[in-house]
Amino acid sequence: MPDITMTVNGAMRTGSPEARKTLADFLREDLDLTGTHVGCEHGVCGACTVIVDGRAVRSCLMLAVQASGSEVTTIEGLASGGAMGALQQALWDSHSFQCGFCTPGFVMQASAFLTDHPDPDEREVREALSGNICRCTGYESIIEGVLLAAERNRQG
Amino acid sequence: MKLPRFDYEAPETVADAVGLLAEHLDQASVLAGGQSLIPLLALRLARPAVLIDINGVTELSGISAVDGWVTIGAMTREYIAEESDSVRDAVPLLAAALPLVGHEAIRSRGTIGGSLAHADPAAELPAVALALDAEFVVRGEPGERVIPAAEWFEGYLTTSRGPDELLVAVRFPAATHGTGVSFQEVARRHGDFAIVGLAAALTLSGGVIADARLALAGISDVPVRAAGAEDVLVGQRPSTALFEEAACRATDGLDPPADLHGPPGYRKQVAATLVRRALQAAADNAHERQ
Repeated sequence: MPDITMTVNGAMRTGSPEARKTLADFLREDLDLTGTHVGCEHGVCGACTVIVDGRAVRSCLMLAVQASGSEVTTIEGLASGGAMGALQQALWDSHSFQCGFCTPGFVMQASAFLTDHPDPDEREVREALSGNICRCTGYESIIEGVLLAAERNRQG
Repeated sequence: MKLPRFDYEAPETVADAVGLLAEHLDQASVLAGGQSLIPLLALRLARPAVLIDINGVTELSGISAVDGWVTIGAMTREYIAEESDSVRDAVPLLAAALPLVGHEAIRSRGTIGGSLAHADPAAELPAVALALDAEFVVRGEPGERVIPAAEWFEGYLTTSRGPDELLVAVRFPAATHGTGVSFQEVARRHGDFAIVGLAAALTLSGGVIADARLALAGISDVPVRAAGAEDVLVGQRPSTALFEEAACRATDGLDPPADLHGPPGYRKQVAATLVRRALQAAADNAHERQ
């Protein structure tokens, strides 16, 4: 079992996972960061999306040992001091989500997307979120929330 | 669906990776971006004894344009190729196909070599490689050999790479002046594997089609050239009537599979429609690029 070290939400974390353990399971089971949800476990639903070295990735399609040396951001890293981040607040205000299962994946995908595309149009938002599945909302409210976050960011 | 147990090797050089392949042969699987192999492991469709993870082999990443060829290292991530100026300028068909591969988060990890070595017949990149007559550079302990795309795809998820060989790079010929491209596909949902996909490149010279390349995805157990349609086009002036004639020949000699998406006739009809659309789009693109 290899020893690994990675930065998760700004803090140095270490572990000795089995090679076959996915990053998603390492975050949830070894680091107790259960905000990252595991849905399909084969890369289809997007619920487990986290940000690794600035890119949104599916943490169920990456081994924990492969994230050694990387900077990882999970949903727990978006809020600070108990206050929601700007994207989270915009999604809240737009009533974007219902049951919450897909939420962390959508939020992390949208977070990575808005960092690279601060002024997106609706088509670009739909494209960016096309790999995440939500079974409650019909997506409209999620897209509105992401567009609202972008609009608020532009207004500073 | 947790992954099954395997021995894990993480070589840092091509030589070490090739050595491990020589030792374990078909007991080993090579892990590149993992966007296809890890689902296969999770679903127990692949049960390798040894996983050779080449993500730490830095010499396998990178894109270079030399002497009319663009060489892409096998571990080059799809998003890197998508953002590459060399790919956009010299391999526009690849640039057109990349945004259709999976989703953004898949392209963060997925690699050019991984997709082509996995060889899913419904995937975009195999059709692009076949259309452009790309070359596959593989290395084993005896040395390197180059395999043309026409000989690379042997069957469903099967290539001519030997069990002791590692795919190290794929070379794409740079598009010549007057070339226009289009990648078209029909999928149930955006980002899904295509029911039918089509990679198309047309080269116009003096108003005449000098070269026509059409490769279909999702029509057979390997990507296939639409040779009947290509034959109709070469030497002719582009026109709606000509493209219609090519569309009628799109699946000449091909026998598409039936599955829950539709019977063979449906795939033939979709292929013809895509040929018509792609030829018009490629001709327009050729004029734009001139």
